[in-house]
Amino acid sequence: MSTVKIPPVLRSSTGGEKEVAAEGADVGAVLRAVAADHPATESQLFSEEGELNRYVNVYLNDEDVRVLDGLATPVGESDTLVILPAMAGG
Amino acid sequence: MFEQSLENRPCGGRYGDLIQAIGHTPLVELKRLSPKPGVRIYAKLESSNPTGSVKDRVARAMIEAAEESGAIRPGQTILEPTSGNTGISLAMICAHRGYPLKVVMPDNVTGERTALLHMHGAEIVYSPGAQGSNGAVALALEMAEADSSYYMPYQYGNPANPLAHYNGTAVEILEELDDVAAFVAGLGTGGTLMGNGRRLKEEDPDTLIVAAEPLQGELVQGLRSLEDGFIPPIVDLSLLDRKIFVSNRDSVVWTKRLLAEEGLFAGVSSGAIAKVAHRVASEIDEGNVVFIVCDDGWRYLSSGVYTKPIEELEETLETTSFW
Repeated sequence: MSTVKIPPVLRSSTGGEKEVAAEGADVGAVLRAVAADHPATESQLFSEEGELNRYVNVYLNDEDVRVLDGLATPVGESDTLVILPAMAGG
Repeated sequence: MFEQSLENRPCGGRYGDLIQAIGHTPLVELKRLSPKPGVRIYAKLESSNPTGSVKDRVARAMIEAAEESGAIRPGQTILEPTSGNTGISLAMICAHRGYPLKVVMPDNVTGERTALLHMHGAEIVYSPGAQGSNGAVALALEMAEADSSYYMPYQYGNPANPLAHYNGTAVEILEELDDVAAFVAGLGTGGTLMGNGRRLKEEDPDTLIVAAEPLQGELVQGLRSLEDGFIPPIVDLSLLDRKIFVSNRDSVVWTKRLLAEEGLFAGVSSGAIAKVAHRVASEIDEGNVVFIVCDDGWRYLSSGVYTKPIEELEETLETTSFW
């Protein structure tokens, strides 16, 4: 099981949990497992086409999966996925 | 012996005013940070710009592009969302050029940023700090929609932002280094990464373009939903080879390390960028790694990050916007 860190904005959908454990061999599978356990997260994480929603950033440990292999990025047992809203600076 | 002469002696110096003095910043090797022989780390000291940050380049480029296109006229109010640095740069330039400036800024930035904006005559409208820069962008867009007399440069979508780096920062780097194995900068608007990234990859497609971005404190993630997330329109993720987040705590640890080991008094985001630059440097066999020092430490001094031990900074790290 890998660990998924939940941002404050999603915790009302996970019963207040800051992190959850989920099974899956890649990022997409892990996030689908989170959505299955916590259905209110699904529409926030995924678009209708099943892609990662535009304003959701997901990191494998600390690297953005969008510049890795996206939802197909492999995830190991000891890995942590971090979900964050896209934030600007400047 | 230093013999370089000024271009227009004896008339009084190279630059006719402060705005002309933007850019041409020092590129400095940080030997103590190098993780291995054959890999050299260079800091591009954008903190040496006139107002102390990389945003001087962007503010000048946006104002001059608007002037050249006839989009603004003297006396017209400029409105811009900012986490501080772009606002401070615009404030200096607008004061020079005769444009009143109104900035929209999160209310949890350091007091120095507020003071610098007031010092240059800007008006500040505060947005909720818990929403970070995203909240400032949303409020500024509402204000611009409601009052068409404002001109908003909109650094997040203005092509002049990356062009300032494409035509400036990157050219300066390439004038000094024969090769760049990796370029590391912070991801705020995306302008620094996009402009430098395009120019450096044109020179050498193998140059790694690496984004360092903040893992904001939990109290600076106060959005209502993930839909309130914001990706600047100028960002093209396909240009990035890697995108790595750094916690506020690690950013401060590395900001202190830059100071202790190299004497470099840099802002907190530059600590984050240095951390990523060091990691990238550790993972390559040879070559030059260039990272951007976005601003200096003066504007964060009151936060205590330079003077207090990290253990006493937990609340500051959770509640302050450093990017």
